[in-house]
Amino acid sequence: MSENRYYQPEIETMPLEEMEKLQSEKLVKQVRHVYDNVPFYRARMDEKGVSPDDIHGIEDLHKLPFITKSDLRDQYPDGLCAVPMSECVRIHSTSGTTGRRVVAYYTQHDVDLWEDCCARAITAVGGTKEDVCQVAYGYGLFTGGAGLHGGSHKVGSLTLPMSSGNTERQIQFMMDLGSTILCCTPSYAAYLGEALKEMGYKPEDNKLKAGIFGAEPWTEEMRRDIEKSLGIKAYDIYGLTEISGPGVSFECSEQKGMHVNEDHFIPEIIDPDTEEPLPLGEKGELVFTCIDKEAFPMMRYRTRDICVLSREKCSCGRTLIRMKKPMGRSDDMLIIRGVNVFPSQIETVLLQEGYSPNYKIEVDRVNNNDTLDVYVELTEDQFSDTVKTVTAAERQLAGAIKTMLGINPAVHLVPPKTIARSEGKAVRVVDKRKLHD
Amino acid sequence: MAIRQISVFLENKQGALEQALGVLADAGVDLRAMAIADTQDFGILRLIARNHATDAAVAALRGAGYVLSVNYVVAVEIPDEPGGLLKVLSLLAAEGVNIEYSYAYLTASENKACAVLRVSDNAHAEEVLGAHGIVTRMTKGGVEPAV
Repeated sequence: MSENRYYQPEIETMPLEEMEKLQSEKLVKQVRHVYDNVPFYRARMDEKGVSPDDIHGIEDLHKLPFITKSDLRDQYPDGLCAVPMSECVRIHSTSGTTGRRVVAYYTQHDVDLWEDCCARAITAVGGTKEDVCQVAYGYGLFTGGAGLHGGSHKVGSLTLPMSSGNTERQIQFMMDLGSTILCCTPSYAAYLGEALKEMGYKPEDNKLKAGIFGAEPWTEEMRRDIEKSLGIKAYDIYGLTEISGPGVSFECSEQKGMHVNEDHFIPEIIDPDTEEPLPLGEKGELVFTCIDKEAFPMMRYRTRDICVLSREKCSCGRTLIRMKKPMGRSDDMLIIRGVNVFPSQIETVLLQEGYSPNYKIEVDRVNNNDTLDVYVELTEDQFSDTVKTVTAAERQLAGAIKTMLGINPAVHLVPPKTIARSEGKAVRVVDKRKLHD
Repeated sequence: MAIRQISVFLENKQGALEQALGVLADAGVDLRAMAIADTQDFGILRLIARNHATDAAVAALRGAGYVLSVNYVVAVEIPDEPGGLLKVLSLLAAEGVNIEYSYAYLTASENKACAVLRVSDNAHAEEVLGAHGIVTRMTKGGVEPAV
């Protein structure tokens, strides 16, 4: 990109002092709002002996209690909604694969600020009203499709609401309508790259210039592969339904960490064990506080993502604080044969391949070699009367998981409902290596 | 019109077969033939139900959460004597009909055996066997016969 463009330059390049002042003003109001309107927050604050009068600015943020995913589950469906239902215009929901779903409520104001965040992300990768933005994230309860769709509208790009899947149609529209920006999960971007190649297209045959990829973990290596196969620059985007959706933070032309939209969401890094805030630059658990939301304002929400924040000057001109790509979840990262593996990666593959997200991972060490066994419930689509159909399905799934992780698993298809479900967080990972130490 | 076989996906663990058969017994399904294909991880239970009970069996198994598939197989009457099945297999092999798997059962009263064949092409197999006067169970009036 020859020049840096901003969607809301006054915010995105705001001097730190002004930003902190803005955050402080918003925080004070937000705390009052949740205390007055959400019995859960009021009880938590009372319990901790904090009143809204104690919060004068961001320096007092650490006085507030944390909120966790299990709190959200307990308050399902609307225990944390801070406005009357008549003020809400939309919901989105998490996949709920590890227990109860989380339902997030939005007023029109909340939708607007979220779409602004996505518009900042699209603008940061060079998007303008001249662009054709192909949104291949899923549409529906998932925030991916709706977020980038709304952002693309705000930028004024021509929006292609493709949703996920149907690769042939994706490619047809990409080529015929001349998509210039692709928004989807990184694994689907990689898949589209392969499919284009198989169909005989070269990377320069498409008009794409940039991709905005998020909603699942991906590596620098994957970024390079995608950039090569699609002939684009690939940018990361971060978000979570609990906070709003994609666009909580986004990458700029530098591709060195994601700028947090901190005028809406204040990030903190804490020690996951002591819960104490850590100094800037240290690695710890990422925590977000919404300061501008009406319906579903999370106060000090523990994301479980392990991350580092940086105020280093960015050559793009944005002053917004940057976060590194999360290095994993504080509670479920595995290192198998030296490779970082997150159960969520395996889950992503299962969903893509049409399996149920009920799975169990067993890691063991045999003759000094790590083994990875994945147990997956099969559905009638994958079953016929012959043994070879089942073993072929196992091989195909093992191949797809290897493509994602870089290590070869043994896949075992098992009958439905044989993998234990639990009320809270399902035990998906059994690491037997620990038993040998 | 071959006869319908139900294949049920089972975990390879103690009691799995008993549990599935329990579901069928509770539903009042009488079985005519049964075979199991087993691997280290899983088994496939193949069943032929008696007296048009296939639908009831499928409903009962699905209701109990089993993954299953229903497909057509060829059931061939063979004399209960040495080489009885061999003749059938030779005819099919000569005509290029592949056999995926097979199992057999005896009918005590008629002094006959019956072989269930999962073949690459049901119609072709029926044609070949019919031409040689071998009775297949699907040739009686175009409806699924009671086995």
